[in-house]
Amino acid sequence: MNHNDIKSNVLTTTLESAINWGRKNSLWPMPFGTACCGIEFMAVLAARTDIARFGAEAIRFSPRQSDLLIVAGRISIKMMPVLIRIYEQMPEPKWVISMGACASSGGVFDTYSVIQGIDQFIPVDVYVPGCPPRPEGVVESLMKIQNLIDKEKLSDYALSSSK
Amino acid sequence: MLLEQTLAQIKEKFPDPVLETTEFAGEQILHVKGQDILIVLATLKANGFNFLADLTAIDNLTLGGYERFAVSYHLLCHKTAERLTVKAYVPEEKPSLPSVESLWKTADWQEREVFDLFGIIFEGHPNLIRIMNPDDYEGHPLKKDYPRLGRKERGDFPVIDRGIQKQKPSK
Repeated sequence: MNHNDIKSNVLTTTLESAINWGRKNSLWPMPFGTACCGIEFMAVLAARTDIARFGAEAIRFSPRQSDLLIVAGRISIKMMPVLIRIYEQMPEPKWVISMGACASSGGVFDTYSVIQGIDQFIPVDVYVPGCPPRPEGVVESLMKIQNLIDKEKLSDYALSSSK
Repeated sequence: MLLEQTLAQIKEKFPDPVLETTEFAGEQILHVKGQDILIVLATLKANGFNFLADLTAIDNLTLGGYERFAVSYHLLCHKTAERLTVKAYVPEEKPSLPSVESLWKTADWQEREVFDLFGIIFEGHPNLIRIMNPDDYEGHPLKKDYPRLGRKERGDFPVIDRGIQKQKPSK
């Protein structure tokens, strides 16, 4: 192998950006669809917006196989323990999209039984406004998640077992 | 035709349980005492009102009425396509009346729903437990004197932190 071969075959980078590049282009979403936003999310997966273009087409209905939780729909007081359990079952690193008005704030359902925003109880990275949001909005949120991942530092993931 | 005959027969046969009959928007409503609902509905079913289309309840707290709660049964006759609403009144102090699950199996879950949201007890129901609210829920939220925003049930969950504490950008 001569010098020119090395130049055309070897790419130098940092471990950090290589890992982030891999993570952000291979998100495995776990849809938590409880209402009409769940239906709208199916449109996001379909041909017109096609999130396979962002490497996020591998929808897993098992939290243990996914790293992006998409909460689509209103969460009732009976569903919140389920959502918390599912979030805790997801392996690190993980990200959360709160899709639509209901998941983000309770929407029009200001009643005893509807959680007024899931961010009161679980961490949320990106909120998508709308009732329901347009598929383009969800794609935008996916790109925002990719930007977040791109900016992550490996030092952020220092072992936190002492916590 | 069947409706008029049946109503006349019911009024004659049960003078005491039947409070009155009224008409609203072209449909007949039969008002009865809650404790006697099973015998009245059994007679109506035998007379051709074979289908229980709906079973729900009304809180008369601000509406007025014979009693605080009215359990309403929407019957339909499949032969003549006639409809009849039966309202059974139950008092606030002892909100209970016989279950009609023995007449219509569909009443099973509907009575559980009324129990869950209004606290009305259906005597003789095979499995009277909550159907929609969590099992450990307290209170019956569709009562008019229940606070609309609840009693802080929706804020009563553990707050989950990020598993890995990501550091804030140091700039």
